[in-house]
Amino acid sequence: MSTPDGKSISLSGITKSWGDPPAVDHVDLEIAAGQFTALLGPSGCGKSTTLRIIAGLEFPDSGTVTIGGEDVTALPPAKRNIAMVFQSYALFPHLSVAENITFGLRTRRVPVGERGERLKRAADLLELTPYLDRKPSQLSGGQQQRVALGRAIIAERPVCLMDEPLSNLDARLRHEMRSEIRALQQKLGFTMVYVTHDQVEAITMADQVALMNKGHVEQAASPREIYDRPATVFAARFIGTPPMNLIPIQAFGEKAGTLASQNYLIGIRPEVMHLDADGPLKATVVEAEFLGSETLVTCEAVNSRFVVSASGGTEVGRGESVGIGFKQSDMHLFDGDKGARCDGELSAVAAALCG
Amino acid sequence: MTRRIEWVHAWLLLLPAMVFLFTFTHLPAVRTIIDSFFSTARGRRKSVFVGLENYQQLIDDPTFWKVLANNLWFALGTIPTSIAIALVMALWVNEKLAGRSFIRMAYFTPTVLPLIAVANIWLFFYTPGFGLFDQIATGLFDTGQHNFLGNPDTALAAVMVVTVWKEAGFFMIFYLAALQTIPPSLLEAARVEGAGRWTIFWRVVFPLLMPTTLFVSVNAVINSFRLVDHLFILTGGGPNNASSLLLFYIYETAFRFWDTAYAATLTVVLLVMLSLLAIGQFFLFDRKVHYK
Ligand SMILES: Nc1ncnc2c1ncn2[C@@H]1O[C@H](COP(=O)(O)OP(=O)(O)OP(=O)(O)O)[C@@H](O)[C@H]1O
Ligand SMILES: [Mg+2]
Repeated sequence: MSTPDGKSISLSGITKSWGDPPAVDHVDLEIAAGQFTALLGPSGCGKSTTLRIIAGLEFPDSGTVTIGGEDVTALPPAKRNIAMVFQSYALFPHLSVAENITFGLRTRRVPVGERGERLKRAADLLELTPYLDRKPSQLSGGQQQRVALGRAIIAERPVCLMDEPLSNLDARLRHEMRSEIRALQQKLGFTMVYVTHDQVEAITMADQVALMNKGHVEQAASPREIYDRPATVFAARFIGTPPMNLIPIQAFGEKAGTLASQNYLIGIRPEVMHLDADGPLKATVVEAEFLGSETLVTCEAVNSRFVVSASGGTEVGRGESVGIGFKQSDMHLFDGDKGARCDGELSAVAAALCG
Repeated sequence: MTRRIEWVHAWLLLLPAMVFLFTFTHLPAVRTIIDSFFSTARGRRKSVFVGLENYQQLIDDPTFWKVLANNLWFALGTIPTSIAIALVMALWVNEKLAGRSFIRMAYFTPTVLPLIAVANIWLFFYTPGFGLFDQIATGLFDTGQHNFLGNPDTALAAVMVVTVWKEAGFFMIFYLAALQTIPPSLLEAARVEGAGRWTIFWRVVFPLLMPTTLFVSVNAVINSFRLVDHLFILTGGGPNNASSLLLFYIYETAFRFWDTAYAATLTVVLLVMLSLLAIGQFFLFDRKVHYK
């Protein structure tokens, strides 16, 4: 199938509120043409609202939406040239699979012959051909999901929006559909905006992850970048399983020196920490959880807890005193009051703590 | 052994409902069918078996054919109109608009009022000379007096208007309930796919309302044979049976002329017609109705 190449999407200063606090608060977001962008964040952070504003199902109180360089802020969904897949699939229960998929072509008066051809191609692509005459209620969850995908791709729109399309599926099927959707998007080349609260989904599928929290975008970057350089404390805590440790600088005891008067948080991922008697951080073991290939050791130092991912064979007992080592380059520094990353002071702090 | 007890329990639980159903529905129905084959007892003359004589009388009775035709027109005039009005009202009050619950209540009021009271109000509306309609007509066009209820040409239509007014609000409630079960995401999906309001209604909403339409139309058909209370107030079936309906005629035959056997015969006809209609409707609609 051929699709006109994806179109870029740009949100600037989007605000939408139904009360206090606003559901979406001054969101700026650039989505390049043909890119797969995941809107990621905890429940209620405004992901769906943002997506619905892009779709035109909701209108922002202020700000502008442009698609392919054209200002579409005031346009209804039908005029935005988008396709959308809903969380509940929103299949028409009284129409057959074929009629569901071609619904949009019919409303846009595409000739019957062309409709049939496109249906055939979409059905082949999604392996739905044997089910075209069935009603949605006679399909499995995964098949319904594919019908919803079919309805979205048959129109060959440059932009496709999806709101948690996999959340109703079981784990195995979710895994399968994840790669299927990603492959489809790359093959057809449309721009994808994909809402999810599952970080694994966002990180494995997306070119860009827009991490949202309480109505605003915390960080919009590639999955790699978000993982390697979280821009805020929230991003650091949200990404990674287990997430990054954020240790108050006071936990380093004397090493912190005069820096202890500042409210700094030292960010280190569990997987780059190791038990090392000479390490700069001294702590007591609270708990050790053996997971086979690794052992998650929960430690405590001056009232702050953190997790170290040690090798599987590590044997430590509860209450044991340990030292913890890590590379200076694996350290992140955050301002505990503002929640922002402070790269400027990082080298000085790192030198003081590890030196 | 325990199965036996479960059976007994089941029957005991069914018993109260069954007693009432039998004594007030099945028994009278059977009695009616039997009575239709006997003559009416009068004075010292006892009721005797007369075979199909009552049915012969029915076929030869011009009033029967007249009220049957009236009922047909009454049904044709009231059922589609009240269903259409109900649907339009439901769609309207389902939108987000100011004073929505007040409007819903206002539409539902005719259903709550007893039909007899409603008929009395309408009687004033229809009064020649100073009734509401004549006041308006005279004020605007100076057309003189109209006796809507007393004129054989307009009596049935006037009665039909009252029925539609009474029924539409009732049916609206069912449509409103059905509309609220349609997931908003379906309508949003249709909008994203470029469907306008008209297309959304005909291709999504209306088909999804089919079960309700079936339910409502079965009720409407039954009501068109059943609702005759207002005739007592408005026209008394007159003038010259112009507005009489089958059930009203049955009432008159049975309790005014005391010809109970003939009334039983008329009732059998009514029962047969209603059953056929209900069965027919289910088959007709069944292919088009989508049940979730
Ligand atoms: N139609 C609405 N009316 C009032 N408040 C709304 C409406 N839609 C969303 N909200 C509010 O806006 C906020 C953001 O909602 P939104 O649906 O965008 O969250 P979300 O990130 O998609 O969450 P989830 O992951 O649970 O779907 C929530 O606090 C919600 O209560
Ligand atoms: Mg949501």
